[in-house]
Amino acid sequence: MSIKIENVTYIYNPKSPFETKALDGINIEIADGEFIGLIGHTGSGKSTLIQHLNGLIKPTSGKITVGDLVITGEKVKLADLRKKVGLVFQYPEHQLFEETVYKDIAFGPKNLNLSESEIDERVRESMELVKLDFESLKERSPFELSGGQRRRVAIAGVLAMKPDILILDEPTAGLDPRGRDEILEQIKYLHDKYQNTVILVSHSMEDIAKLVDRIIVMHGGKIELQGFPREVFKQSKRLESIGLGIPQITHLMEKLKKVDGSIQEEVLTVEEAKVEILRWIRSNKDA
Amino acid sequence: MLKDITIGQHYPTGSAIHKMDPRVKIIITFIYIVSLFVVNNFIGYIYVIAFLLSAILISKVPVTYILKGLKPLMILIGITFMINIFMTAGEVVFRIGPFTITEEGLYQAFFMALRLVFLVMGTSLLTLTTSPIALTDGIEHILNPFKRIGVPAHELAMMMTIALRFIPTLLEETDKIMKAQIARGADFESGNLISRAKGLVPLLVPLFISSFRRADELAMAMEARCYRGGENRTRMKELKTQGKDYFALSVGTLLIVLLIVNRIWF
Repeated sequence: MSIKIENVTYIYNPKSPFETKALDGINIEIADGEFIGLIGHTGSGKSTLIQHLNGLIKPTSGKITVGDLVITGEKVKLADLRKKVGLVFQYPEHQLFEETVYKDIAFGPKNLNLSESEIDERVRESMELVKLDFESLKERSPFELSGGQRRRVAIAGVLAMKPDILILDEPTAGLDPRGRDEILEQIKYLHDKYQNTVILVSHSMEDIAKLVDRIIVMHGGKIELQGFPREVFKQSKRLESIGLGIPQITHLMEKLKKVDGSIQEEVLTVEEAKVEILRWIRSNKDA
Repeated sequence: MLKDITIGQHYPTGSAIHKMDPRVKIIITFIYIVSLFVVNNFIGYIYVIAFLLSAILISKVPVTYILKGLKPLMILIGITFMINIFMTAGEVVFRIGPFTITEEGLYQAFFMALRLVFLVMGTSLLTLTTSPIALTDGIEHILNPFKRIGVPAHELAMMMTIALRFIPTLLEETDKIMKAQIARGADFESGNLISRAKGLVPLLVPLFISSFRRADELAMAMEARCYRGGENRTRMKELKTQGKDYFALSVGTLLIVLLIVNRIWF
């Protein structure tokens, strides 16, 4: 499902001394099935922007279209929109409330008024997607699980609604490296399997570089940059000036290029760097 | 919805009233409340209005903003008005069915409603112009003399500071969890009373859990920094009483003296 954001502006606490412009004339187009990385410094407006896509906030001015639904129009059924757009908030485990893992994951599908058998199937399916064992965990209380498991229960709760668009706000914040890799892998797997549109908000340039098709950089409520990861990470000076960075491996390759100009610095992952360095060594041997 | 509540909110403008000593502000507010109850005729209100209006003007807080704070109390004021208008005995002006409206009732109703309005406006001016921290600091100082008879002044002030400090945090948290559950299809707005109350469970459970977690973490963090109550504690910013504080205090005293004179005279 595609998303089109036109000239969207949002002001917090209008007409009071606390008035702040969180979004300022945002224009974005996201095609069906794209994997988007949304990056920006704290307070750049990322979270405000993604809440618009779910209809949780209405823009002060501007137009947002999701699929063929103009969500900023009059009399829009927001319930329909929320079926299509799944939103995983930061620290989603804080929203768990049911007695058992099963009931918590079933909360979303239940609100969609699905049949018991359909709900059961969806809970099983989404638990499998996030690698949680259905039989051993379904009757456990979510509060006695580990942090990483709780996070997965919360994500499963959103996946169970089978959204066409999945938005994740820093899904790996506060997790250990293994938990982080696992969750990112599952998101990638989901995207490859269902070809759904995914928007990933993250502070980790490494994760973004590894996963996404296109990057949108936000700064001060505006779009600072957008493009393919290679294009965006080329502008390391500009990214640094707004408090962001580039993947460390890209940084290393930039430094190597200064030593020997024949090295290609447009590298995003350690794997690619290995290939490039080996190529460079071979070409030097041949010469 | 939640942000409409302006009572107890701080509205920073940096005016002379904002910079006053919180102790003096609390005492003046106290004098103001007492003088509201000294008033027994409408002429007395002229002094009150003059005092209140000039205070609002100096504070630079928009009058509309203060009036907005009256909204949640409109029901209470309305009920007081109704009770007074119908329940006061006296000369009957007109009657509707079993209800009679008396001249004294009309007078009393307007008088009481105005008293409540002035009470809320004046006291909310205190919180609007004083940051919560300064306010509790002031309360602690005022309660200090009562320590000898066993009033835990510091502990009370610390509890208030913490409670006030966590109001915005909890509001934010409520907002966040509410949004997260709405995104999962929860409905907080429609349905009858019972289904609405049931609908609050997905909001209240996470909220309670996180409040307990926060309280635990805060207690630990305070202990880690050797907090052990008010004994021998000194402060970084000592409260100072300046010229304008004495001036304001004398204006407050003048108000109550004028009102007492007014009450005896008329």
